[in-house]
Amino acid sequence: MSVRRLAPKELQPESFAFTAENLAWAEKTIAKYPAGRQASAVIPLLMRAQEQAEGWVSEPAMRYVGEMLGMPPIRVYEIATFYTQFQLLPVGKKAHIQVCGTTPCMLKGAGDLMKVCKKKIHPEPFHLNESGTLSWEEVECAGACVNAPMVQVVDEVFEDLTPEILEGIIDAFARGEKPAVGPQNGRKSSEPVTGLRVLTSPELYDGSMVGKGAGLAAAREAIAAREAAAAQPKPAEPAAAAAPSAPPKSDPAPAKPPAAEAVKAAGNADSEKPSKPVAPPPAGEKGN
Amino acid sequence: MAKLIVDDIEVEVPAEYTLLQACEAAGAEIPRFCFHERLSIAGNCRMCLVEVKGGPPKPQASCAMSVRDLRPGPNGEPPVVLTKSPMVKKAREGVMEFLLINHPLDCPICDQGGECDLQDQAMAYGVDTSRYAENKRAVEDKYIGPLVKTSMTRCIQCTRCVRFTTEVAGVAELGAIGRGEDMEITTYLEAALSSELQGNVVDLCPVGALTQRPYAYHARPWELVKTESIDVMDAVGSNIRVDTRGREVMRVLPRLNEDVNEEWISDKTRYIWDGLKTQRLDRPYVRVGGKLRPASWPEAFAAIAAKVKGVSGNRIGGLVGDLSSVEEVFALKQLLAALGSANIDARQDGAKLDPSLGRASYLFNASIAGIEQADALLIVGANPRLEASVLNARIRKRWLAGNFPIGLIGDAVDLTYSYDYLGAGPDTLTDLVGSGTFAETLKNAKHPLILVGQGALARPDGAAVLALAARLAVSVGAVKEGWNGFSVLHTAASRVGALDVGAVPGEGGLDAVAMTNSGGADVIFALGADEIDIAPGAFVVYVGTHGDRGAHRADVILPGAAYTEKSGTYVNTEGRTQIANRAAFPPGEAREEWAILRALSDVLGKKLPFDSLGQLRAALYAAHPHLARIDHVEAADPQAVIDLAAKGGETASAPFHAAVTEFYLTNPIARASAVMAECSALAQSRLAAAAE
Repeated sequence: MSVRRLAPKELQPESFAFTAENLAWAEKTIAKYPAGRQASAVIPLLMRAQEQAEGWVSEPAMRYVGEMLGMPPIRVYEIATFYTQFQLLPVGKKAHIQVCGTTPCMLKGAGDLMKVCKKKIHPEPFHLNESGTLSWEEVECAGACVNAPMVQVVDEVFEDLTPEILEGIIDAFARGEKPAVGPQNGRKSSEPVTGLRVLTSPELYDGSMVGKGAGLAAAREAIAAREAAAAQPKPAEPAAAAAPSAPPKSDPAPAKPPAAEAVKAAGNADSEKPSKPVAPPPAGEKGN
Repeated sequence: MAKLIVDDIEVEVPAEYTLLQACEAAGAEIPRFCFHERLSIAGNCRMCLVEVKGGPPKPQASCAMSVRDLRPGPNGEPPVVLTKSPMVKKAREGVMEFLLINHPLDCPICDQGGECDLQDQAMAYGVDTSRYAENKRAVEDKYIGPLVKTSMTRCIQCTRCVRFTTEVAGVAELGAIGRGEDMEITTYLEAALSSELQGNVVDLCPVGALTQRPYAYHARPWELVKTESIDVMDAVGSNIRVDTRGREVMRVLPRLNEDVNEEWISDKTRYIWDGLKTQRLDRPYVRVGGKLRPASWPEAFAAIAAKVKGVSGNRIGGLVGDLSSVEEVFALKQLLAALGSANIDARQDGAKLDPSLGRASYLFNASIAGIEQADALLIVGANPRLEASVLNARIRKRWLAGNFPIGLIGDAVDLTYSYDYLGAGPDTLTDLVGSGTFAETLKNAKHPLILVGQGALARPDGAAVLALAARLAVSVGAVKEGWNGFSVLHTAASRVGALDVGAVPGEGGLDAVAMTNSGGADVIFALGADEIDIAPGAFVVYVGTHGDRGAHRADVILPGAAYTEKSGTYVNTEGRTQIANRAAFPPGEAREEWAILRALSDVLGKKLPFDSLGQLRAALYAAHPHLARIDHVEAADPQAVIDLAAKGGETASAPFHAAVTEFYLTNPIARASAVMAECSALAQSRLAAAAE
């Protein structure tokens, strides 16, 4: 954290106004709040203004939002300088890379990612690269610790990074491409890098257990039966997935193939808790 | 009411009290930086930590915790608050250490030194060495206007200034940008503050971050002599303390008076003092051959005596200025009476106020503190923000409390609160007397307040407008047992006192306009009258302090004493008699006005019957007993308003214009002040920018 200042005058645009589409959206957003409390909409409006103006909030934009909400400009200024999510200086038009530098990411190598940014973009954060298309900064936890280390670009995240992968991503942005978002090591969201070991039964996800009245017990029974059956005739893949049970591997690469075809809806692990029959969305056809 | 034990003392306080208030009720002293009685509670300095039993088991910020949040003990014992326990001491020492981490050690060059809350409290809770070896944080200074100087490295982020400007002054211009250690106080893009009350942030600042710019590096508080006095910049009569060093007024600070100014004063009151040193008349002058020439007192008196000799009494007149004390007005009236003249007028602006209609016809009857009781307000022809800034803050305070409909007839200006704009002129007022939604609002109010400004009265149809306003007040029930909501807001400090002693034309006398028109009076004694043009022809004797408009027109100038240089009685707009005390001596040969008039009377052969201020006051009190009751509001008989309401009169249709448009330049002292000139230029440029 450091002192944040408005961009110098010569960088400030003459004026700011929402596009017709954003204006309609803003009016709808303001209407969400009771009369006299329009100022509550200041954060969403500033965010939208930032998105519209290539990723940063200019002084005219603050005034514009203030006028729209009947707020004195100083109140908007306070908010824009308080939240570091509002960029007060122009950022890279193609990408502004926000490298998470909080503990889990740091432990998993965020320092190396920042070195990449320093090398490829600019030695200092908040500075544009030579062509003015890229910039970077270190941010506090972006909430993807399980996929550390990670970077965020606007509202998309690139997780499970290595310096090499990040270089590739930065190059892709520089070329104007849109690199694939999400975990970069092949796993699905935040599933274990070693592959799924529970809730792997496809019945959980194909709807066949819905309405059978069995509930949780039935589900467990079915899973147990299937696993018992699967263990004997076809010991190929699932066994491999189940085998490396004890220590998580430090290098996620070998676990990649099984992880890639793991159950897609990892979030359904939670569905085990309710006593109601499990009714997950029809998801992946598991390969056994 | 709730019972609790503070340091072994059992007290019973209202349950809505904060712990800090409860502790003070029990006589315990609680250190604080961010807490202020008249501002919202922020709870961010943590200096007021206390230990509570019956609450969370950690030090509590006493300013932010309510008595009703505490629980009684297991056997129903009252909750216990400890303000001197080891835990409290340690906690406060910890807070102090954190505050001092980034606070510079520049007390020797800091203007707050000697009257600094942080300095004082560090004596109690500070340690003698610092454990902090790293670099201290430095903050860039901000420009926030010509009156308030900033040294932002000293700021401890209590946010009192932000809360004051937003809540009391009503201009949301100061703010705290950034966060955490990097939080900074600033205005938007470092624009100058636009409030007329901004100087108060200097008093509120517990450290030396905000100091008075004109006073910067001028004096130390311990070398100043403090004199309690009364302000004359407007008719509110704010209680002030004048700090002098030797003969020089170094600064003006507010004094607490809950009924008048609470603890605020306007910027004009606070920063006027450089005007007391410039443009001063320090010796008599006599006009010889069209040019003013320095003269001695006897020469000046002889010149007057020679002129007065051949003039009959009814050709002599007296004008009373806006800053005159009651004593000198009384002396002038006596002198004119002795000369056989009934031509005296204190109403330079031509306001149609007449003491013969009864005292209630020209007082702010509701009283300033009474504004807080009012539940509906109609402002007629006034801009209270400029005419009486501190009173306007009181209106805003009432408005913030809610359920306070405000209507305005006159100029639609920013008053720092919202109002219904009803119209511009007397016609709107006439309509209101009949019907109208706002008339209903006033009628439904328990304590309606009709505020009539000088802008509505200082016009040819002023008397009719006054009667009309009274009629409205009576018709909406603003004049009743226990409440008189008919309130005239004055702009001149001398006005109510002068009206009280009857400084208006007597039987067949000429008023200010008639006197000053060509062919009016032949000899005019102008007692600090600077707001009026006197047509050529009359022989003008100007008794005053500054080389302003009145002195330029004068044929003889008799140098007088400014309000800080004499003991004088002033009656404020609500009729409160107050005494301003002498803090310094007038410059050069200048003398107090009453003494000048007394000496002049001797030369004119009409010796006034008093030789000292004491004798003058005795005569004054004998004639007007209510003036002897200092700091007391002599309630006026409301019957006067009812009688006034019965009067008729034709009103014109011209819109009302507020009496004060140039807040910073309303009197000769202000016009002599460089600081006021700078503020005025700034206000003008702001107006020009707003007009674009």
